[in-house]
This record gives sequence, structure tokens and C-alpha cells, in this order.
Amino acid sequence: MKYVLMFASDPELDSAVPETRAQADLQRILEWHEANAAAVLEGGAALHPVETATTVRADDPGPVVVDGPFTEAKEVIGGFTLIDVPDLDAAIALARSWPLLDLPGNSVEIRPMFDDEELFAQ
Amino acid sequence: MTAWRAAPHAPASDAALAAAVREETARIVAALNRSFGSLDVAEEATAGAVEEALVEWRRRGVPPRPGAWLMTAARRNALDLVRRSRRYREVLRRAAPAVPTLPRSAEPDERIPLLFGCCHPSLSPEAQLALTLRAVLGVSTAQIARATLEPSATVGQRISRAKRKIGAAGVPIRIPAGPARTARLDPVLATIAVMYDSAHLRAESSAEAHRDLADDALWLARALSVSLPDEPEVHGLRALLLLHRAREPARSVAGELVPLPLQDRARWDDALVRAGREALERAAEVRRPGRWQLHAAIAACHADAARQDDTDWAQIVVLYDLLLAVDSSPIVRLNRAVAVAETGGVGAALTEVEALAPRLDGYRLWHAVRAELLRRAGRSAEARTAVRSARELADNEAERRLLASRLGPE
Repeated sequence: MKYVLMFASDPELDSAVPETRAQADLQRILEWHEANAAAVLEGGAALHPVETATTVRADDPGPVVVDGPFTEAKEVIGGFTLIDVPDLDAAIALARSWPLLDLPGNSVEIRPMFDDEELFAQ
Repeated sequence: MTAWRAAPHAPASDAALAAAVREETARIVAALNRSFGSLDVAEEATAGAVEEALVEWRRRGVPPRPGAWLMTAARRNALDLVRRSRRYREVLRRAAPAVPTLPRSAEPDERIPLLFGCCHPSLSPEAQLALTLRAVLGVSTAQIARATLEPSATVGQRISRAKRKIGAAGVPIRIPAGPARTARLDPVLATIAVMYDSAHLRAESSAEAHRDLADDALWLARALSVSLPDEPEVHGLRALLLLHRAREPARSVAGELVPLPLQDRARWDDALVRAGREALERAAEVRRPGRWQLHAAIAACHADAARQDDTDWAQIVVLYDLLLAVDSSPIVRLNRAVAVAETGGVGAALTEVEALAPRLDGYRLWHAVRAELLRRAGRSAEARTAVRSARELADNEAERRLLASRLGPE
């Protein structure tokens, strides 16, 4: 089954992380992707900080452009990775091994992806 | 689903159906889930078969092999469900050649993988309970709603969502392997314990009604202990449920609830007490203590005392201290305070109980315990106020009457 792992963190806590630690974290993330290459699919991404976000939102009479992210949530998505594993337990095991989970405020959301057959049968 | 669980005046076939449903539901659901790759289809199809059986068996009598009858009907329903859905056309092609058959009892118990799937940590505890009752035990949505004191529609929606999530999110229907298994047992055991408790907490006037959810919980605990004999906590939970079940004849007398200190212990069921002790000994052999074993050990202390006055409260306090290390929930702290009071520490117990106020203020037993401690401390006016608070919070008529009798004439 295919899942998206969405990596979230708290920007306030992130800004407190020293630069050297941030560099080391980046290295750990790269290593994690290499170690799990068999499960990782093409198409993941690391995202620029949330201040760079622009949102186009439904409005009357037409969509409006607003600055900032589309939610005011404390946690923001910093990136995502697509994986293909046998089932949710395998996805949970992979998410548990995400290197940044030793930092407070970090979390990994696991979302199953529709496969094409499911989508067109809707 | 219709109320198939044998009502007092229902035809004999209803009792046979109730037995077959408990015994066979999980196997049928598991077999269909394997063939069709959808717990949703498997569960709907099985529930439909039970509805058909209710009507058919009343009319034509109980078939010679009730389980096989239900399996055949459920499989036919599953095929119908799948044919109606374009989405499952591919599934059908894969499933068609394999005719699912009921595994013989010598084969590994199929109910247990299903139980682990229904109690997956990706589902809320409420969803785990509802889905287990429905898919593993075949309890109707209406009956689950009565047991959990919720509207039927809420329960129905919760079950549909959970089934959809299992399918969409790829929740595996299997016994987890390796070290993960022990951790994954926690929600399974908690679900069985809540199932047992919910049989005791329903808002009905009689304390005797709804006994069968407690039976279902015991039945599941037994199936689990046969399937996973090396897991001490499984034996621990089973021991706890057996020891509590043993008190049932003394706990509920003529529709009235009798609290532990006032129970006529001669009415406790010796065979169940023995079975409970044996289960606890089996757990101890593994030498891996845990929460459920400690709860059971406390229950065994009560069973050891022929009279309330013989209770070894000091030992019970020690067990509660050990329990606090693995389960520091306010309920455990409240129960420990009761034991502390019995060893003579009414003041200390009262201090501990007062400290729990922010967390247990809405819990009737907290008020009841506090009332008793205040009474013993000679603060009778405050005690009466506390009893009144407890009575206002009681959601069960029998319990309300018990608290009322403690209040005495106003």
C-alpha cells in the first residue's frame, strides 16, 4: 500500500534548534531516506519554511489570495515522503524510525493514498 | 440487525442462533475478509446472514450445522455486496475461485488476528470496543448502544468509520509478531476489560440484566489465553475477570447492587475463584509482572479473605503501590486510598482523595469513597453532602438506590 508520511514540527521550537544541530538533522534525514530506499517512492519533498507560503482560498464572488499558510495550526508540515509498504503496521514502523522524533514538537502523520482503481471506482 | 440475542420468551432457535453467533462470527468475518480483502464487506455480509438465520431458523428449525449455514449465507451476501460495487470487480475475480470454509478448531484461532485488527492503535478506544463487539462477537449495533449508553446512530457511524479506516489505511488483520506484540496487546486487553465493565455500568434498573457482555469478555479472554499462552498479561486479565465474575451472585441480589464489604461471601462462586487463581498462577510462571496481573492479585486477596474483616489490607496496599508504577490513573489512586483507610490511615486516605478532586469530581465513586472517609473521620455533615453528590452522578438505578440507602431517611 502507498502512504504519504507528512513530517510536522512546531516552528517556534524549530527556531530554537542551533544551526549545527539543524545541519546534523539534515544529514540524518538523508541517511534515513537512503536506509529505507526500498520503501521510498519518487516524489517526496522538503518544504521551505511556512512564512514562504501563499494561500488561494475560496471566497465570494471568487477566490482570494492571502499570505501565509491555510491553517493557523501550531504544527506545520515541513516535508513529505511517499512510501510503498505492505500495510499500516509497516508504515508505523517506518514512521517511528523518523530521525527527528527525538525532538519535541515533531510528529509524522501517516495518510494512505488512493490507488487509481479506488479513485475511479468512487 | 434485529435483536437476535435470546430474549426470555423467544423461540428455542434464537438461543441456538445466539450461541452460533458468538462462536462463529469471528471465524466467518475473518474467512470472508481474507477472500474479499474487505472487513466492511465481511462484516456486513455476516450481519446479514444472522438476520436471515433469525427468520429462517424460527420457521424451519435449527440446521444441523449452524456455523456452516451461517458461512454459506454470509458468503452469498458478500458476493452480492461485491457484485453491486464496481470497485470490487477486481477483488471478485481474485476471490471467486477460493471458497472460504470454516477452519476446524484444530487450526489456529482466526478470531485472534481479527481481534488485533479491531483493536489497532490507529482506532480510538471507543471505535476499538464497538468494532470488536460487532465484528468479533456479532453484537448488534443497538445492543452496543445500550451497553455504552450512546445513541444507536452514533455507534453505527463509529463502526462504519472504523471499518472504512481499516480498509483504506491498510490496518493488518493479524497477530503482530516479535516484540511489538506485547505492546499491541495493551489496547486489546483494555478493550476486553471495558467490555466486561460496560456490562456492569448500563443504565438499567436491574443489576442482573445484560450479563452476556461480561460473558463475551470472559470468552474472548479465554480464546486469547489459548492462542497466546506465553503472554502473562492475558492470563492476568482473565484471572481478574474470573475473580470478579465469581462475586456476581453476591454483588447483585434481587436487582440490588451490594458493595464488596457487605457481600455475602458464601455466595461467591468457588469454581470461578479457583479458575481465577489458576489463571493468575499461570501468569506468574512467566515472571513478567504487569498491570492486569496486579489487578488480579488484588482481587485474589479479597477472595482469600473468608470475611471482610480477614482482608489483608497491608498486602493490598503493597500491590497498589506496585500497580501505581505501571498505572498511575486516578482510579487506581482512589482504590489505593480505600485500602490505606482500611489499614487505619483514614487521614492519609482522605488527603489523597481530596488531591484527586480536580480529576475525579465528576465520578460518582469518588464522591462515594469521600463520603465514607468523611463519615469515619466524624465529619458527618460533609459526608451527607458527598453522598448526595454521588447519588446525583449515578447513571444506574440500582446504584442510585444503593447510595440512597446509605443516605438514610432525609
